[in-house]
Amino acid sequence: MSALITDYTYITTAALLVLGLYGMIGKRNLLKKVIGMNIFQTAIFLFFIQKATKPGATVPVWDAQISTQAAGYINPLPHVLILTAIVVSVATTGVALALLITIYRRYRSLEEEIILERMRQAL
Amino acid sequence: MNWLTGTVLALFFALLVYAESDLPDSRDPSAPTRTHVVPQYIEQSYPQTRTPNIVTSVLADYRGYDTLGETVVILTAGIAVILILPRNAGRG
Amino acid sequence: MRGSFENLVVEGVARFLVPFIQLFALYVITHGHYGPGGGFQGGVVLAASMMLLRLSLGEEYEHRRFSPTVASTVAAVGMLIYAVAGLLPLAWGGNFLDYAYLPIPGLSSAELRYHGILIVETAVGLVVWGTLVILFDHLIGREP
Repeated sequence: MSALITDYTYITTAALLVLGLYGMIGKRNLLKKVIGMNIFQTAIFLFFIQKATKPGATVPVWDAQISTQAAGYINPLPHVLILTAIVVSVATTGVALALLITIYRRYRSLEEEIILERMRQAL
Repeated sequence: MNWLTGTVLALFFALLVYAESDLPDSRDPSAPTRTHVVPQYIEQSYPQTRTPNIVTSVLADYRGYDTLGETVVILTAGIAVILILPRNAGRG
Repeated sequence: MRGSFENLVVEGVARFLVPFIQLFALYVITHGHYGPGGGFQGGVVLAASMMLLRLSLGEEYEHRRFSPTVASTVAAVGMLIYAVAGLLPLAWGGNFLDYAYLPIPGLSSAELRYHGILIVETAVGLVVWGTLVILFDHLIGREP
């Protein structure tokens, strides 16, 4: 528990994760759900990047003075994973927005209750 | 926000705080995230690939298969958007 | 047809800035070996320059130079380059995506891997560029 006070970035990540989850399950507007999903993804990016840091280390670009000492560089692996994940998150957001546009064109609304009501009427 | 949403969010936050105790300390040099394959990447990246940026060499060389999959995901997302929203749907 | 602004300043600034943005995107792609950068970031910057042109000069005008068909072709060609860069070492006796077996004569193993990384980063840049332009074009399309 003491690590929670020193490791304050983790609390930020947890708060963002809860905020994103609230956007996904608490909001009734589909666009707000997509925004919540984006906040959730960003919180995960922040979590990975914060775990990559190391005290007294520099960026993972070859430095002749540090040479091959692994302690001199921060962890490059989370950066690699998140680099691809960011672009994939953009692509998934694009697909989600395309689906939302299609839903809006058919039901003329993005509110969950109105869409469900109109789906029932159409049956 | 009804009570069910609030309960789920509170439980989720409690789970995250509980899980924090199992995470390695950020100042611990022997944490599992720092002792597995990462030292090999850092030590062998420049001699093996002549690429100073370790992130690039891991991204495109050591984990090239992973990046290939991610690229396929991006291209698939683009194709899915083309299929969901065709540009000339009205014109036939 | 012009963009939705009909504004000389917006149009002029966009026309002036786009070559620099695209040059910077090429720099970001090729500088990925030595600093922050690479195919993903450079592809996004290239796509951003295309989106700026589409927003400021108007879609119909800009589609004559870089149409959605060209965008999907660019993305597919990038994917093809990546796959071929992975399959060539397979045909020359190595593993899949093992750039040390690329059939380029006169280079050492480390230099071959350097060039393999450059080829793959360029391919990723093409895929991201094409895909983001596709996303933009199809998301802002008018209702049929």
